[in-house]
Amino acid sequence: MSILILADHQDGQLSSATAQVVAAAQQVQASTGGEIHVLVAGEGVAAVAEAAARLDGVAKVRVADHAVYAHQLAEPLGALIHKLASDYTHVLAAASTTGKNVLPRVAALKDVSQLSEIISVESADTFKRPIYAGNAIATVKSDDALKVITVRGTAFDAAAVSSQGQGSASIEAVDFVADNAQSIFIKEELAQSDRPELGAAKVVVSGGRGMGNGENFRLLDGIADKLGAAIGASRAAVDAGFVPNDMQVGQTGKIVAPDLYIAVGISGAIQHLAGMKDSKVIVAINKDEEAPIFQIADYGLVADLFQALPELEQRLG
Amino acid sequence: MKILVAVKRVIDYNVKIRVKADHSDVDLTNVKMAMNPFCEIAVEEAVRLKERGIATEVVAVTIGPKAAQEQLRTALALGADRAIHVETEAPVESLAAAKVLAKVVEAEQPGLMILGKQAIDSDNNQVGQMLAALAGLPQATFASEVIIENGKAQVTREVDGGLQTVELSLPAIVTTDLRLNEPRYAKLPDIMKAKKKPLIVTTPAELGVEITSGVTLLKVEPPAERQAGIKVSSVDELVDKLKNEAKVL
Ligand SMILES: Cc1cc2nc3c(=O)[nH]c(=O)nc-3n(C[C@H](O)[C@H](O)[C@H](O)COP(=O)(O)OP(=O)(O)OC[C@H]3O[C@@H](n4cnc5c(N)ncnc54)[C@H](O)[C@@H]3O)c2cc1C
Ligand SMILES: Nc1ncnc2c1ncn2[C@@H]1O[C@H](COP(=O)(O)O)[C@@H](O)[C@H]1O
Repeated sequence: MSILILADHQDGQLSSATAQVVAAAQQVQASTGGEIHVLVAGEGVAAVAEAAARLDGVAKVRVADHAVYAHQLAEPLGALIHKLASDYTHVLAAASTTGKNVLPRVAALKDVSQLSEIISVESADTFKRPIYAGNAIATVKSDDALKVITVRGTAFDAAAVSSQGQGSASIEAVDFVADNAQSIFIKEELAQSDRPELGAAKVVVSGGRGMGNGENFRLLDGIADKLGAAIGASRAAVDAGFVPNDMQVGQTGKIVAPDLYIAVGISGAIQHLAGMKDSKVIVAINKDEEAPIFQIADYGLVADLFQALPELEQRLG
Repeated sequence: MKILVAVKRVIDYNVKIRVKADHSDVDLTNVKMAMNPFCEIAVEEAVRLKERGIATEVVAVTIGPKAAQEQLRTALALGADRAIHVETEAPVESLAAAKVLAKVVEAEQPGLMILGKQAIDSDNNQVGQMLAALAGLPQATFASEVIIENGKAQVTREVDGGLQTVELSLPAIVTTDLRLNEPRYAKLPDIMKAKKKPLIVTTPAELGVEITSGVTLLKVEPPAERQAGIKVSSVDELVDKLKNEAKVL
Protein backbone atom coordinates (compact mmCIF):
# COMPACT_ATOMS: atom_id res chain seq x y z
CA MET A 1 0.00 0.00 0.00
CA SER A 2 1.26 3.41 -0.96
CA ILE A 3 1.21 7.03 0.13
CA LEU A 4 -0.68 9.67 -1.85
CA ILE A 5 0.40 13.31 -1.82
CA LEU A 6 -1.76 16.11 -3.13
CA ALA A 7 0.52 18.40 -5.13
CA ASP A 8 0.29 22.05 -4.19
CA HIS A 9 0.54 24.34 -7.18
CA GLN A 10 -0.33 27.82 -8.33
CA ASP A 11 -0.10 29.52 -11.71
CA GLY A 12 1.30 26.40 -13.35
CA GLN A 13 4.12 26.11 -10.80
CA LEU A 14 4.61 23.32 -8.31
CA SER A 15 4.98 25.00 -4.92
CA SER A 16 8.10 24.38 -2.87
CA ALA A 17 5.95 22.91 -0.09
CA THR A 18 5.24 19.81 -2.17
CA ALA A 19 8.90 18.73 -2.06
CA GLN A 20 8.79 19.13 1.71
CA VAL A 21 5.69 16.94 1.93
CA VAL A 22 7.51 14.33 -0.16
CA ALA A 23 10.31 14.43 2.43
CA ALA A 24 7.78 13.76 5.20
CA ALA A 25 6.31 10.93 3.11
CA GLN A 26 9.77 9.38 2.73
CA GLN A 27 10.01 9.18 6.51
CA VAL A 28 6.65 7.39 6.64
CA GLN A 29 7.77 5.15 3.80
CA ALA A 30 10.78 4.10 5.86
CA SER A 31 8.38 2.04 7.97
CA THR A 32 5.57 1.20 5.54
CA GLY A 33 7.67 0.45 2.47
CA GLY A 34 4.94 1.55 0.05
CA GLU A 35 5.41 3.79 -2.97
CA ILE A 36 4.96 7.55 -2.98
CA HIS A 37 2.46 8.83 -5.52
CA VAL A 38 1.70 12.47 -6.22
CA LEU A 39 -1.72 13.62 -7.39
CA VAL A 40 -1.74 16.70 -9.58
CA ALA A 41 -5.26 18.05 -10.04
CA GLY A 42 -6.09 21.11 -12.08
CA GLU A 43 -6.54 22.27 -15.62
CA GLY A 44 -3.56 22.48 -17.97
CA VAL A 45 -1.20 21.03 -15.38
CA ALA A 46 1.17 18.97 -17.53
CA ALA A 47 4.16 21.09 -16.51
CA VAL A 48 3.27 20.71 -12.83
CA ALA A 49 3.08 16.94 -13.28
CA GLU A 50 6.51 16.91 -14.89
CA ALA A 51 7.96 18.95 -12.05
CA ALA A 52 6.43 16.53 -9.54
CA ALA A 53 7.87 13.55 -11.43
CA ARG A 54 11.36 14.97 -10.96
CA LEU A 55 11.12 14.90 -7.16
CA ASP A 56 13.30 12.24 -5.58
CA GLY A 57 11.32 9.44 -4.01
CA VAL A 58 8.21 9.86 -6.13
CA ALA A 59 7.30 6.64 -7.97
CA LYS A 60 4.21 7.79 -9.82
CA VAL A 61 2.42 11.02 -10.65
CA ARG A 62 -1.33 10.79 -11.21
CA VAL A 63 -2.78 13.66 -13.17
CA ALA A 64 -6.42 14.72 -13.11
CA ASP A 65 -6.43 17.41 -15.78
CA HIS A 66 -9.94 18.73 -16.26
CA ALA A 67 -11.85 22.01 -16.12
CA VAL A 68 -13.73 20.81 -13.03
CA TYR A 69 -10.45 20.84 -11.09
CA ALA A 70 -9.37 24.29 -12.26
CA HIS A 71 -8.92 26.55 -9.22
CA GLN A 72 -8.93 23.40 -7.07
CA LEU A 73 -12.33 23.99 -5.53
CA ALA A 74 -12.86 21.87 -2.43
CA GLU A 75 -15.95 19.97 -3.55
CA PRO A 76 -14.64 18.30 -6.73
CA LEU A 77 -11.10 17.98 -5.38
CA GLY A 78 -12.40 16.31 -2.22
CA ALA A 79 -14.49 13.89 -4.28
CA LEU A 80 -11.49 13.06 -6.46
CA ILE A 81 -9.15 12.28 -3.57
CA HIS A 82 -11.90 10.35 -1.81
CA LYS A 83 -12.27 8.24 -4.95
CA LEU A 84 -8.52 7.48 -5.09
CA ALA A 85 -7.89 7.13 -1.35
CA SER A 86 -8.80 3.45 -1.02
CA ASP A 87 -5.50 2.49 -2.67
CA TYR A 88 -3.46 4.22 0.01
CA THR A 89 -2.43 4.04 3.69
CA HIS A 90 -1.72 7.77 3.91
CA VAL A 91 -3.03 10.85 2.16
CA LEU A 92 -0.76 13.88 2.68
CA ALA A 93 -0.93 17.50 1.61
CA ALA A 94 0.92 20.68 2.45
CA ALA A 95 -0.74 22.76 5.17
CA SER A 96 -1.42 25.40 2.52
CA THR A 97 -4.80 27.03 2.11
CA THR A 98 -5.58 24.40 -0.54
CA GLY A 99 -4.51 21.46 1.63
CA LYS A 100 -6.38 22.82 4.63
CA ASN A 101 -9.45 23.43 2.52
CA VAL A 102 -9.76 19.97 1.07
CA LEU A 103 -8.16 17.33 3.29
CA PRO A 104 -10.70 17.52 6.13
CA ARG A 105 -13.40 16.82 3.52
CA VAL A 106 -11.55 13.70 2.44
CA ALA A 107 -11.15 12.56 6.05
CA ALA A 108 -14.86 13.07 6.78
CA LEU A 109 -15.90 11.22 3.61
CA LYS A 110 -13.67 8.33 4.69
CA ASP A 111 -14.97 8.56 8.28
CA VAL A 112 -11.47 9.06 9.72
CA SER A 113 -9.80 11.80 11.75
CA GLN A 114 -7.37 14.22 10.20
CA LEU A 115 -4.05 15.38 11.66
CA SER A 116 -3.25 19.02 10.96
CA GLU A 117 0.20 20.50 10.35
CA ILE A 118 2.48 17.73 11.54
CA ILE A 119 6.06 18.82 12.23
CA SER A 120 7.63 15.40 12.67
CA VAL A 121 7.11 11.79 11.70
CA GLU A 122 7.78 9.44 14.64
CA SER A 123 6.53 6.32 12.85
CA ALA A 124 3.93 5.41 10.23
CA ASP A 125 1.11 6.21 12.66
CA THR A 126 2.64 8.61 15.19
CA PHE A 127 3.37 12.26 14.56
CA LYS A 128 4.11 15.51 16.38
CA ARG A 129 2.11 18.65 15.86
CA PRO A 130 1.95 22.05 17.54
CA ILE A 131 -1.17 23.04 19.47
CA TYR A 132 -2.13 26.24 21.33
CA ALA A 133 -0.23 28.50 18.92
CA GLY A 134 2.85 26.34 19.22
CA ASN A 135 3.03 26.68 23.00
CA ALA A 136 2.77 22.92 23.27
CA ILE A 137 3.81 20.07 21.03
CA ALA A 138 1.50 17.08 20.98
CA THR A 139 2.57 13.58 20.03
CA VAL A 140 -0.46 11.91 18.50
CA LYS A 141 -1.12 8.42 17.22
CA SER A 142 -3.65 7.82 14.51
CA ASP A 143 -5.72 4.69 15.04
CA ASP A 144 -7.48 4.92 11.69
CA ALA A 145 -6.68 2.59 8.80
CA LEU A 146 -6.27 5.60 6.52
CA LYS A 147 -4.16 8.49 7.78
CA VAL A 148 -5.14 11.89 6.41
CA ILE A 149 -2.51 14.47 7.26
CA THR A 150 -1.44 18.02 6.44
CA VAL A 151 2.26 18.76 6.73
CA ARG A 152 3.98 21.94 7.87
CA GLY A 153 6.50 22.36 5.06
CA THR A 154 9.05 24.39 7.01
CA ALA A 155 9.56 21.47 9.40
CA PHE A 156 10.98 19.21 6.67
CA ASP A 157 13.96 19.55 4.34
CA ALA A 158 12.68 19.42 0.78
CA ALA A 159 13.19 16.25 -1.23
CA ALA A 160 15.84 16.72 -3.90
CA VAL A 161 14.98 17.38 -7.52
CA SER A 162 16.57 14.93 -9.93
CA SER A 163 19.20 16.70 -11.96
CA GLN A 164 18.81 15.06 -15.36
CA GLY A 165 15.83 17.24 -16.10
CA GLN A 166 13.91 14.01 -16.58
CA GLY A 167 12.13 12.41 -13.64
CA SER A 168 12.09 8.72 -13.00
CA ALA A 169 8.45 8.72 -11.91
CA SER A 170 5.82 7.56 -14.35
CA ILE A 171 3.02 9.96 -15.20
CA GLU A 172 -0.44 8.54 -15.57
CA ALA A 173 -3.81 10.14 -16.21
CA VAL A 174 -6.75 9.81 -13.83
CA ASP A 175 -9.98 9.94 -15.79
CA PHE A 176 -12.41 10.39 -12.90
CA VAL A 177 -14.35 13.62 -13.34
CA ALA A 178 -16.19 14.75 -10.23
CA ASP A 179 -19.44 16.57 -10.77
CA ASN A 180 -19.88 19.83 -9.00
CA ALA A 181 -23.13 21.74 -9.14
CA GLN A 182 -22.56 23.47 -5.82
CA SER A 183 -19.68 25.89 -6.20
CA ILE A 184 -18.24 28.01 -8.97
CA PHE A 185 -15.08 30.02 -9.22
CA ILE A 186 -15.72 33.74 -9.74
CA LYS A 187 -12.37 35.47 -9.56
CA GLU A 188 -8.95 35.61 -8.04
CA GLU A 189 -6.82 38.57 -7.01
CA LEU A 190 -3.34 37.22 -6.58
CA ALA A 191 -0.53 39.27 -5.19
CA GLN A 192 2.14 39.93 -7.81
CA SER A 193 5.64 39.99 -6.45
CA ASP A 194 9.15 39.31 -7.69
CA ARG A 195 10.18 38.38 -4.21
CA PRO A 196 10.55 34.77 -3.00
CA GLU A 197 7.56 32.95 -1.48
CA LEU A 198 7.27 33.66 2.25
CA GLY A 199 7.35 29.98 3.20
CA ALA A 200 10.45 29.31 1.09
CA ALA A 201 12.54 32.47 1.57
CA LYS A 202 15.94 32.26 3.29
CA VAL A 203 15.42 35.74 4.73
CA VAL A 204 12.14 37.33 5.81
CA VAL A 205 11.72 40.96 6.82
CA SER A 206 8.38 41.68 8.51
CA GLY A 207 6.71 44.90 9.52
CA GLY A 208 4.09 45.46 12.19
CA ARG A 209 1.79 48.17 13.40
CA GLY A 210 4.86 50.23 14.24
CA MET A 211 5.35 50.82 10.50
CA GLY A 212 2.52 53.35 10.82
CA ASN A 213 1.07 53.00 7.33
CA GLY A 214 1.36 51.13 4.05
CA GLU A 215 3.63 53.73 2.44
CA ASN A 216 6.23 53.16 5.14
CA PHE A 217 6.45 49.48 4.21
CA ARG A 218 8.62 50.73 1.35
CA LEU A 219 11.33 51.24 3.97
CA LEU A 220 11.56 47.44 4.02
CA ASP A 221 11.87 47.13 0.24
CA GLY A 222 15.48 48.26 -0.07
CA ILE A 223 16.56 45.93 2.72
CA ALA A 224 14.60 43.02 1.24
CA ASP A 225 16.15 43.72 -2.17
CA LYS A 226 19.64 43.56 -0.75
CA LEU A 227 18.96 40.37 1.21
CA GLY A 228 16.82 38.60 -1.39
CA ALA A 229 14.16 38.51 1.29
CA ALA A 230 10.42 38.00 1.34
CA ILE A 231 8.37 40.62 3.14
CA GLY A 232 5.92 39.60 5.85
CA ALA A 233 3.66 41.39 8.30
CA SER A 234 1.89 41.06 11.61
CA ARG A 235 -1.86 40.73 11.81
CA ALA A 236 -2.13 44.29 13.07
CA ALA A 237 -0.41 45.58 9.92
CA VAL A 238 -2.77 43.56 7.72
CA ASP A 239 -5.90 44.50 9.67
CA ALA A 240 -4.93 48.17 9.43
CA GLY A 241 -4.78 47.77 5.65
CA PHE A 242 -1.03 48.52 5.37
CA VAL A 243 -0.46 45.34 3.36
CA PRO A 244 -2.55 42.47 1.93
CA ASN A 245 -3.61 39.38 3.87
CA ASP A 246 -1.24 36.99 2.13
CA MET A 247 1.66 38.64 4.00
CA GLN A 248 0.43 37.75 7.49
CA VAL A 249 2.84 35.60 9.46
CA GLY A 250 1.54 33.76 12.51
CA GLN A 251 -0.65 31.16 14.16
CA THR A 252 -3.44 31.84 11.72
CA GLY A 253 -1.33 33.16 8.85
CA LYS A 254 1.79 31.82 7.21
CA ILE A 255 4.45 29.80 8.96
CA VAL A 256 8.03 30.74 8.14
CA ALA A 257 11.37 29.38 9.32
CA PRO A 258 14.05 31.27 7.38
CA ASP A 259 17.75 31.52 8.24
CA LEU A 260 17.15 35.15 9.18
CA TYR A 261 13.91 36.81 10.34
CA ILE A 262 13.88 40.54 10.95
CA ALA A 263 10.85 41.81 12.91
CA VAL A 264 10.37 45.55 12.64
CA GLY A 265 7.80 47.40 14.76
CA ILE A 266 6.27 44.11 15.90
CA SER A 267 5.57 43.61 19.61
CA GLY A 268 5.82 39.81 19.62
CA ALA A 269 2.36 38.52 20.53
CA ILE A 270 2.20 34.72 20.92
CA GLN A 271 0.11 34.49 17.75
CA HIS A 272 2.87 36.16 15.78
CA LEU A 273 5.66 34.14 17.40
CA ALA A 274 3.80 30.94 16.46
CA GLY A 275 4.54 31.73 12.84
CA MET A 276 8.24 32.59 13.04
CA LYS A 277 9.92 31.33 16.18
CA ASP A 278 11.54 28.41 14.38
CA SER A 279 13.63 30.85 12.34
CA LYS A 280 17.36 30.22 12.78
CA VAL A 281 18.34 33.79 13.65
CA ILE A 282 15.80 36.38 14.81
CA VAL A 283 16.44 40.12 14.81
CA ALA A 284 14.01 42.57 16.40
CA ILE A 285 13.92 46.30 15.88
CA ASN A 286 11.54 48.01 18.26
CA LYS A 287 11.58 51.28 20.15
CA ASP A 288 10.09 49.72 23.28
CA GLU A 289 12.80 47.83 25.14
CA GLU A 290 10.12 45.90 27.05
CA ALA A 291 8.55 44.51 23.87
CA PRO A 292 8.13 40.71 24.25
CA ILE A 293 9.74 40.13 20.85
CA PHE A 294 13.10 40.80 22.52
CA GLN A 295 12.64 37.68 24.68
CA ILE A 296 13.05 35.48 21.64
CA ALA A 297 15.29 37.64 19.47
CA ASP A 298 18.94 36.66 19.07
CA TYR A 299 19.79 40.27 18.32
CA GLY A 300 17.61 43.09 19.59
CA LEU A 301 17.99 46.69 18.59
CA VAL A 302 16.07 49.22 20.67
CA ALA A 303 15.59 52.00 18.17
CA ASP A 304 13.11 54.04 16.20
CA LEU A 305 12.58 52.10 13.02
CA PHE A 306 12.40 55.28 10.95
CA GLN A 307 16.03 55.89 11.84
CA ALA A 308 17.25 52.32 11.96
CA LEU A 309 15.83 51.11 8.64
CA PRO A 310 17.51 53.65 6.32
CA GLU A 311 20.74 53.12 8.21
CA LEU A 312 20.46 49.35 7.90
CA GLU A 313 19.77 49.57 4.20
CA GLN A 314 22.86 51.69 3.75
CA ARG A 315 25.11 49.42 5.86
CA LEU A 316 24.04 46.38 3.86
CA GLY A 317 25.98 47.98 1.06
CA MET B 1 -33.22 32.45 6.09
CA LYS B 2 -32.03 30.80 9.25
CA ILE B 3 -28.33 30.96 10.11
CA LEU B 4 -26.65 28.45 12.38
CA VAL B 5 -23.41 29.47 14.10
CA ALA B 6 -21.03 27.05 15.82
CA VAL B 7 -19.17 28.42 18.81
CA LYS B 8 -16.46 26.72 20.81
CA ARG B 9 -15.33 27.37 24.35
CA VAL B 10 -11.55 27.63 24.38
CA ILE B 11 -8.77 29.14 26.44
CA ASP B 12 -8.71 32.96 26.25
CA TYR B 13 -6.34 33.98 23.47
CA ASN B 14 -4.27 36.15 25.80
CA VAL B 15 -3.35 33.28 28.08
CA LYS B 16 -0.06 31.51 27.59
CA ILE B 17 -0.69 27.88 28.45
CA ARG B 18 1.49 25.55 30.45
CA VAL B 19 2.14 21.89 29.89
CA LYS B 20 1.38 19.55 32.82
CA ALA B 21 4.44 18.27 34.64
CA ASP B 22 3.63 14.66 33.67
CA HIS B 23 3.38 15.67 29.99
CA SER B 24 -0.08 14.16 29.72
CA ASP B 25 -1.74 17.34 28.40
CA VAL B 26 -1.84 21.10 28.82
CA ASP B 27 -2.91 22.41 32.20
CA LEU B 28 -6.27 24.17 32.02
CA THR B 29 -7.01 24.45 35.74
CA ASN B 30 -8.04 27.99 36.67
CA VAL B 31 -7.31 29.23 33.18
CA LYS B 32 -9.52 31.96 31.75
CA MET B 33 -11.86 30.58 29.08
CA ALA B 34 -13.66 32.45 26.31
CA MET B 35 -15.38 32.09 22.98
CA ASN B 36 -12.94 31.11 20.23
CA PRO B 37 -12.10 34.42 18.45
CA PHE B 38 -13.01 33.05 15.03
CA CYS B 39 -16.42 32.04 16.43
CA GLU B 40 -16.98 35.61 17.65
CA ILE B 41 -16.44 36.69 14.06
CA ALA B 42 -18.93 34.03 12.94
CA VAL B 43 -21.59 35.26 15.39
CA GLU B 44 -20.98 38.86 14.34
CA GLU B 45 -21.41 38.03 10.66
CA ALA B 46 -24.67 36.18 11.30
CA VAL B 47 -26.03 39.02 13.41
CA ARG B 48 -25.11 41.57 10.74
CA LEU B 49 -26.91 39.48 8.11
CA LYS B 50 -29.94 39.55 10.35
CA GLU B 51 -29.67 43.30 10.89
CA ARG B 52 -29.59 43.73 7.13
CA GLY B 53 -32.78 41.75 6.81
CA ILE B 54 -31.12 38.84 5.03
CA ALA B 55 -31.33 36.41 7.91
CA THR B 56 -34.48 35.91 9.92
CA GLU B 57 -33.08 33.91 12.80
CA VAL B 58 -29.63 33.24 14.25
CA VAL B 59 -29.12 30.03 16.22
CA ALA B 60 -25.89 29.40 18.15
CA VAL B 61 -24.75 25.86 18.88
CA THR B 62 -21.94 24.46 20.98
CA ILE B 63 -20.75 20.99 21.89
CA GLY B 64 -19.01 20.74 25.23
CA PRO B 65 -19.27 20.67 29.02
CA LYS B 66 -21.91 22.50 31.04
CA ALA B 67 -19.67 25.55 31.36
CA ALA B 68 -19.80 26.03 27.58
CA GLN B 69 -23.25 27.54 28.15
CA GLU B 70 -21.37 30.72 29.10
CA GLN B 71 -20.24 31.03 25.49
CA LEU B 72 -23.79 30.39 24.26
CA ARG B 73 -25.01 33.19 26.55
CA THR B 74 -22.32 35.42 25.05
CA ALA B 75 -23.57 34.57 21.56
CA LEU B 76 -27.13 35.39 22.69
CA ALA B 77 -25.96 38.70 24.14
CA LEU B 78 -24.27 39.51 20.83
CA GLY B 79 -27.55 39.02 19.01
CA ALA B 80 -28.25 35.32 18.46
CA ASP B 81 -31.94 34.47 18.97
CA ARG B 82 -31.64 31.06 20.58
CA ALA B 83 -29.04 28.48 21.48
CA ILE B 84 -28.49 24.74 21.43
CA HIS B 85 -26.14 23.10 23.88
CA VAL B 86 -25.00 19.60 22.98
CA GLU B 87 -23.69 18.60 26.37
CA THR B 88 -20.80 16.20 26.83
CA GLU B 89 -17.89 16.02 29.23
CA ALA B 90 -15.90 13.91 26.77
CA PRO B 91 -13.18 15.55 24.69
CA VAL B 92 -14.67 16.22 21.26
CA GLU B 93 -12.41 15.70 18.24
CA SER B 94 -13.11 17.56 15.02
CA LEU B 95 -14.77 14.62 13.25
CA ALA B 96 -17.09 14.00 16.21
CA ALA B 97 -17.93 17.71 16.37
CA ALA B 98 -18.70 17.70 12.65
CA LYS B 99 -20.95 14.65 13.04
CA VAL B 100 -22.91 16.32 15.83
CA LEU B 101 -23.20 19.55 13.84
CA ALA B 102 -24.38 17.58 10.80
CA LYS B 103 -27.26 16.24 12.90
CA VAL B 104 -28.11 19.74 14.07
CA VAL B 105 -28.04 20.96 10.47
CA GLU B 106 -30.37 18.11 9.51
CA ALA B 107 -32.82 19.04 12.25
CA GLU B 108 -32.65 22.82 11.86
CA GLN B 109 -32.31 23.07 8.07
CA PRO B 110 -30.45 26.40 8.07
CA GLY B 111 -29.85 28.34 4.85
CA LEU B 112 -26.30 29.09 5.96
CA MET B 113 -24.00 27.79 8.65
CA ILE B 114 -21.03 29.85 9.82
CA LEU B 115 -18.10 28.44 11.81
CA GLY B 116 -14.69 29.72 12.79
CA LYS B 117 -11.85 28.68 10.50
CA GLN B 118 -9.83 27.35 13.40
CA ALA B 119 -10.15 26.70 17.10
CA ILE B 120 -7.15 28.31 18.81
CA ASP B 121 -6.68 25.39 21.21
CA SER B 122 -6.30 22.44 18.84
CA ASP B 123 -5.40 24.68 15.87
CA ASN B 124 -7.15 22.02 13.79
CA ASN B 125 -8.90 23.99 11.07
CA GLN B 126 -11.14 21.05 10.14
CA VAL B 127 -14.69 21.10 11.45
CA GLY B 128 -16.30 23.36 8.82
CA GLN B 129 -14.83 21.35 5.96
CA MET B 130 -15.79 18.03 7.59
CA LEU B 131 -19.31 19.24 8.24
CA ALA B 132 -19.65 20.37 4.63
CA ALA B 133 -18.59 16.94 3.41
CA LEU B 134 -20.89 15.07 5.81
CA ALA B 135 -23.88 17.29 5.06
CA GLY B 136 -23.17 17.20 1.33
CA LEU B 137 -22.95 20.99 1.22
CA PRO B 138 -20.58 23.40 -0.55
CA GLN B 139 -18.03 25.27 1.53
CA ALA B 140 -16.13 28.52 1.55
CA THR B 141 -13.36 28.54 4.12
CA PHE B 142 -11.29 31.52 5.36
CA ALA B 143 -13.94 34.07 4.39
CA SER B 144 -13.16 37.78 4.37
CA GLU B 145 -16.44 38.81 2.72
CA VAL B 146 -19.84 37.15 2.45
CA ILE B 147 -22.56 38.43 0.12
CA ILE B 148 -25.94 36.69 0.03
CA GLU B 149 -27.85 37.43 -3.18
CA ASN B 150 -30.33 35.63 -5.42
CA GLY B 151 -30.27 32.53 -3.28
CA LYS B 152 -26.49 32.21 -3.53
CA ALA B 153 -23.53 33.07 -1.35
CA GLN B 154 -20.63 34.92 -2.91
CA VAL B 155 -17.66 34.51 -0.65
CA THR B 156 -14.19 36.04 -0.85
CA ARG B 157 -11.57 33.79 0.68
CA GLU B 158 -8.11 34.58 2.05
CA VAL B 159 -5.80 32.15 0.25
CA ASP B 160 -2.01 31.83 0.21
CA GLY B 161 -1.63 33.79 -2.99
CA GLY B 162 -4.12 36.55 -2.18
CA LEU B 163 -7.91 36.48 -2.48
CA GLN B 164 -10.27 34.08 -4.23
CA THR B 165 -13.99 34.59 -4.76
CA VAL B 166 -16.36 31.64 -5.13
CA GLU B 167 -20.12 31.37 -5.46
CA LEU B 168 -21.98 28.68 -3.56
CA SER B 169 -25.52 27.40 -3.84
CA LEU B 170 -27.41 27.58 -0.55
CA PRO B 171 -27.46 26.00 1.95
CA ALA B 172 -23.72 26.32 2.41
CA ILE B 173 -20.96 26.24 5.01
CA VAL B 174 -18.73 29.27 5.57
CA THR B 175 -15.72 29.53 7.89
CA THR B 176 -14.46 32.91 9.04
CA ASP B 177 -11.07 34.56 8.71
CA LEU B 178 -9.83 37.52 10.73
CA ARG B 179 -10.77 40.23 8.25
CA LEU B 180 -14.43 39.25 7.83
CA ASN B 181 -15.57 41.78 10.43
CA GLU B 182 -14.72 43.28 13.77
CA PRO B 183 -16.95 41.74 16.42
CA ARG B 184 -18.89 44.08 18.70
CA TYR B 185 -18.80 43.96 22.48
CA ALA B 186 -21.91 42.82 24.31
CA LYS B 187 -23.65 45.65 26.15
CA LEU B 188 -24.91 45.16 29.67
CA PRO B 189 -28.65 45.34 28.79
CA ASP B 190 -28.05 42.75 26.07
CA ILE B 191 -26.26 40.50 28.54
CA MET B 192 -29.32 40.78 30.81
CA LYS B 193 -31.70 40.06 27.95
CA ALA B 194 -29.63 37.08 26.85
CA LYS B 195 -30.43 35.34 30.12
CA LYS B 196 -34.06 35.08 29.05
CA LYS B 197 -33.43 33.86 25.51
CA PRO B 198 -34.18 30.17 24.87
CA LEU B 199 -31.33 27.72 25.35
CA ILE B 200 -32.06 24.05 24.91
CA VAL B 201 -29.81 21.25 26.09
CA THR B 202 -29.42 17.96 24.29
CA THR B 203 -26.70 15.30 24.13
CA PRO B 204 -24.72 13.59 21.38
CA ALA B 205 -26.58 10.35 22.23
CA GLU B 206 -29.98 12.04 21.76
CA LEU B 207 -28.78 13.18 18.36
CA GLY B 208 -27.62 9.66 17.59
CA VAL B 209 -23.91 10.40 17.57
CA GLU B 210 -21.33 8.48 19.51
CA ILE B 211 -18.33 10.62 20.53
CA THR B 212 -15.32 8.58 19.44
CA SER B 213 -11.83 9.53 18.36
CA GLY B 214 -9.41 8.08 15.87
CA VAL B 215 -6.50 9.84 17.52
CA THR B 216 -4.69 8.97 20.75
CA LEU B 217 -2.82 11.73 22.54
CA LEU B 218 0.44 10.13 23.67
CA LYS B 219 2.31 13.09 25.04
CA VAL B 220 2.30 16.88 25.30
CA GLU B 221 5.60 18.68 25.66
CA PRO B 222 6.63 22.31 25.90
CA PRO B 223 8.27 23.56 22.70
CA ALA B 224 12.03 23.96 22.50
CA GLU B 225 12.92 27.19 24.28
CA ARG B 226 14.97 29.73 22.37
CA GLN B 227 18.18 30.84 24.05
CA ALA B 228 17.88 34.43 25.19
CA GLY B 229 19.81 36.70 22.84
CA ILE B 230 21.57 39.99 23.28
CA LYS B 231 20.80 43.64 22.70
CA VAL B 232 22.97 45.46 20.23
CA SER B 233 23.53 49.18 20.59
CA SER B 234 23.67 50.26 16.97
CA VAL B 235 22.89 49.26 13.41
CA ASP B 236 26.64 48.87 12.85
CA GLU B 237 26.94 46.38 15.67
CA LEU B 238 23.88 44.52 14.38
CA VAL B 239 25.31 44.15 10.89
CA ASP B 240 28.66 43.11 12.32
CA LYS B 241 27.04 40.38 14.47
CA LEU B 242 24.94 39.10 11.59
CA LYS B 243 28.01 38.90 9.37
CA ASN B 244 30.66 37.63 11.73
CA GLU B 245 28.85 35.85 14.56
CA ALA B 246 25.58 34.51 13.12
CA LYS B 247 27.06 34.35 9.62
CA VAL B 248 23.70 34.90 7.95
CA LEU B 249 24.74 37.83 5.77
C1 LIG C 1 -7.44 34.57 16.85
C2 LIG C 1 -6.25 35.44 16.68
C3 LIG C 1 -5.35 35.12 15.68
C4 LIG C 1 -4.23 35.92 15.48
N1 LIG C 1 -3.36 35.57 14.51
C5 LIG C 1 -2.26 36.32 14.32
C6 LIG C 1 -1.29 35.98 13.33
O1 LIG C 1 -1.41 34.98 12.61
N2 LIG C 1 -0.22 36.80 13.17
C7 LIG C 1 -0.02 37.92 13.93
O2 LIG C 1 0.96 38.63 13.72
N3 LIG C 1 -0.93 38.25 14.87
C8 LIG C 1 -2.03 37.49 15.07
N4 LIG C 1 -2.93 37.88 16.03
C9 LIG C 1 -2.80 39.21 16.64
C10 LIG C 1 -1.81 39.30 17.80
O3 LIG C 1 -2.46 38.93 19.00
C11 LIG C 1 -1.31 40.75 17.93
O4 LIG C 1 -2.42 41.61 18.10
C12 LIG C 1 -0.53 41.24 16.71
O5 LIG C 1 0.47 40.29 16.38
C13 LIG C 1 0.10 42.59 17.03
O6 LIG C 1 0.75 43.10 15.88
P1 LIG C 1 1.94 44.15 16.05
O7 LIG C 1 3.02 43.53 16.85
O8 LIG C 1 2.28 44.63 14.68
O9 LIG C 1 1.26 45.36 16.79
P2 LIG C 1 1.45 45.91 18.25
O10 LIG C 1 1.27 44.86 19.25
O11 LIG C 1 0.62 47.14 18.33
O12 LIG C 1 2.99 46.32 18.28
C14 LIG C 1 3.55 47.37 17.57
C15 LIG C 1 5.01 47.49 18.00
O13 LIG C 1 5.65 48.47 17.22
C16 LIG C 1 6.54 49.20 18.06
N5 LIG C 1 6.76 50.50 17.43
C17 LIG C 1 5.85 51.49 17.23
N6 LIG C 1 6.42 52.54 16.60
C18 LIG C 1 7.73 52.22 16.42
C19 LIG C 1 8.83 52.92 15.84
N7 LIG C 1 8.69 54.12 15.31
N8 LIG C 1 10.03 52.29 15.82
C20 LIG C 1 10.18 51.05 16.36
N9 LIG C 1 9.16 50.36 16.92
C21 LIG C 1 7.94 50.93 16.94
C22 LIG C 1 5.84 49.28 19.39
O14 LIG C 1 6.79 49.48 20.43
C23 LIG C 1 5.16 47.91 19.46
O15 LIG C 1 5.96 46.95 20.13
C24 LIG C 1 -4.03 37.07 16.27
C25 LIG C 1 -4.94 37.38 17.28
C26 LIG C 1 -6.04 36.58 17.48
C27 LIG C 1 -7.00 36.91 18.57
N1 LIG D 1 -17.00 21.61 20.30
C1 LIG D 1 -17.44 22.48 19.38
N2 LIG D 1 -18.65 23.06 19.50
C2 LIG D 1 -19.10 23.95 18.57
N3 LIG D 1 -18.40 24.31 17.50
C3 LIG D 1 -17.18 23.77 17.33
C4 LIG D 1 -16.63 22.83 18.25
N4 LIG D 1 -15.40 22.49 17.80
C5 LIG D 1 -15.19 23.20 16.67
N5 LIG D 1 -16.26 23.95 16.38
C6 LIG D 1 -16.43 24.90 15.24
O1 LIG D 1 -15.48 24.60 14.25
C7 LIG D 1 -14.57 25.69 14.08
C8 LIG D 1 -13.21 25.16 13.70
O2 LIG D 1 -12.70 24.32 14.69
P1 LIG D 1 -11.48 23.31 14.46
O3 LIG D 1 -11.71 22.65 13.15
O4 LIG D 1 -11.54 22.36 15.62
O5 LIG D 1 -10.24 24.14 14.46
C9 LIG D 1 -14.66 26.47 15.38
O6 LIG D 1 -14.31 27.82 15.19
C10 LIG D 1 -16.16 26.32 15.68
O7 LIG D 1 -16.94 27.20 14.89
